[in-house]
Amino acid sequence: MAVSTRPDVQTAPVRGRQVSRQTSDTLWAIVFIGPQLIGLLLFSLFPLLSAFYLSLTNWDGFGNRTFVGVQNFVEQFQSPDLYTALWNTLIYTVISVPGGLILALLVAMGLNNIRGKTIYRLLYFMPVVTGSVAVSVVWLYLLNGDFGIINTYAQSWFGITLPNWLVDDRFVMPAIAIIGIWWGLGYNMVIFLAGLQNVPASLMEAAQIDGANKLQVFRNVTIPLLSPTTFFLTITAIIGSFQVFDQAYVMTGGGPGKASYTMVFHVFKQAFIDFTFGKSSAAAVILFAIILAVTAFQLFAQRRWVHYED
Amino acid sequence: MASTAVPVTTRRDTGRKPGGSLGQTIILHIVLIIGAIIMVFPFIWMILTSFKDISQTFVIPPKWIPDPWVWENYPNSLQALPFGRAYFNSFYISVIVVGVSLLTASMAAYAFAKITFRGREVLFLLFLATMMVPYQVTIIPLFLIMKQLGWVDTHLSIIVPGALFNAFAVFMLRQFIRGIPKEMEEAATIDGCSRWRIYWQIILPLLVPAMSALGIFLFLGSWNSFFYPLIFLNNPELFTVPLMLNQFRGQYTVDWTLLMAGSAIAVIPVLIVYLIGQRKIIEGITLTGLTGR
Repeated sequence: MAVSTRPDVQTAPVRGRQVSRQTSDTLWAIVFIGPQLIGLLLFSLFPLLSAFYLSLTNWDGFGNRTFVGVQNFVEQFQSPDLYTALWNTLIYTVISVPGGLILALLVAMGLNNIRGKTIYRLLYFMPVVTGSVAVSVVWLYLLNGDFGIINTYAQSWFGITLPNWLVDDRFVMPAIAIIGIWWGLGYNMVIFLAGLQNVPASLMEAAQIDGANKLQVFRNVTIPLLSPTTFFLTITAIIGSFQVFDQAYVMTGGGPGKASYTMVFHVFKQAFIDFTFGKSSAAAVILFAIILAVTAFQLFAQRRWVHYED
Repeated sequence: MASTAVPVTTRRDTGRKPGGSLGQTIILHIVLIIGAIIMVFPFIWMILTSFKDISQTFVIPPKWIPDPWVWENYPNSLQALPFGRAYFNSFYISVIVVGVSLLTASMAAYAFAKITFRGREVLFLLFLATMMVPYQVTIIPLFLIMKQLGWVDTHLSIIVPGALFNAFAVFMLRQFIRGIPKEMEEAATIDGCSRWRIYWQIILPLLVPAMSALGIFLFLGSWNSFFYPLIFLNNPELFTVPLMLNQFRGQYTVDWTLLMAGSAIAVIPVLIVYLIGQRKIIEGITLTGLTGR
């Protein structure tokens, strides 16, 4: 550089420094992102691509893997187990998502602007931090048909004979969904509360001055202004509901019969009990496709009901 | 509208607003208290049952207060299965996962937020996209990778993915670092600080509040995690608390006193962390929508 006699000699060192700064920045970026990038490639991206590939083979974990095309998918769609799993998962989604969100919204509205909000929040949120296995074991006892406290008092106080939840194939998924509502209520409520804080009181007052009653204010002011929050929670809740597994595994082992056999259970059983990795991968791909499709539909449909402030 | 009418209406209106009349407020409190009792009741019932004699769990109507108080359920359940060992396992795994993932995630977040390099946006999108992939979908290939690495039935199979891959933590910390003013770094750059020193001495200290909220969440998530340990660990010596509790449930199907004592043992550390950090936890959620599951 120093030997150059061209007039721009003075800028050369600067440009050189810039180039080396850029290179060193790229190097630093690799160093900084490296660990997480390796994790991402090794534990997420590569497994995801492999899942697609495995779904097209008939591998059992040992020996050769043979490419079988879409055979696993054909088998999946012919197998009654897939439909059982889809149906059970759907029951859970249909009960736990709307039930959980509506209840959480009501509690959040009750807690908004009330004295003692912090202590209520503390109590309602407690189940959220509790692990799935402990939740399952405790509810197993609460919902016990013979000695469970819920059925016992329903009988002696109100004369209502409740079903024997977890051993009745009609009620096991609703029971797991109710537990799911209890478990997630605090989370949804806290997010709704944060959303409600962003609804300006001045707008509600303005509506009231214009003669709107409480229900009208709720329908025409609160609900639209809260819709981005509701949208976020609906997406998270639906994705989460498709992944229901732990409670069914711990409480009922998928039973009675296959009454609490969910989609993730279907993936789990074929892979780690039957050791049919190819078939199980096909089920996993189907699960992923359903989640993507439902989420994409929601993103598309949001234009009709989600109101963003400009 | 007459100009004087407006303030009057507004004042009357705001005066009425918080919860309406006194009667309404009281009814609201009653409803909320009943709700709170329902939310907390399973915990109370767990604790009460854990001190009962087993014969008391088969009585109708249920006996609420233990009589006598059977403290032995706790030592008995600790002895029935190696819960102590599981405690140690869960604890050290969670500490490593939280520590290392906070470090690696904040490093990546710093690069995404403050360093300009080619392919940054694409790479960041890739991180975002992987947040959408449910972990059950990738479990089979992940299991095969662990088998290849010889990590099945070792704690590495749980620690390493947890410590090295958390797109959500990267995303959240990146948002946070972007809010740090440029001037703070520029002064250091002029002083000739390397990128590492800027990250370590300037950025990291500013991240402490965000990372403590995130850390609590990662801890809860790791402590409560069930699916990965269920698939990767077979040796009971290596079991984490949730796995041990599941094992326990399989062996003592109707011994509710021991089962509730076991559940209490599993839940109490989490509840302590929650009670200490509840403000941070709830603020953290409010800010980012993060979840421990």
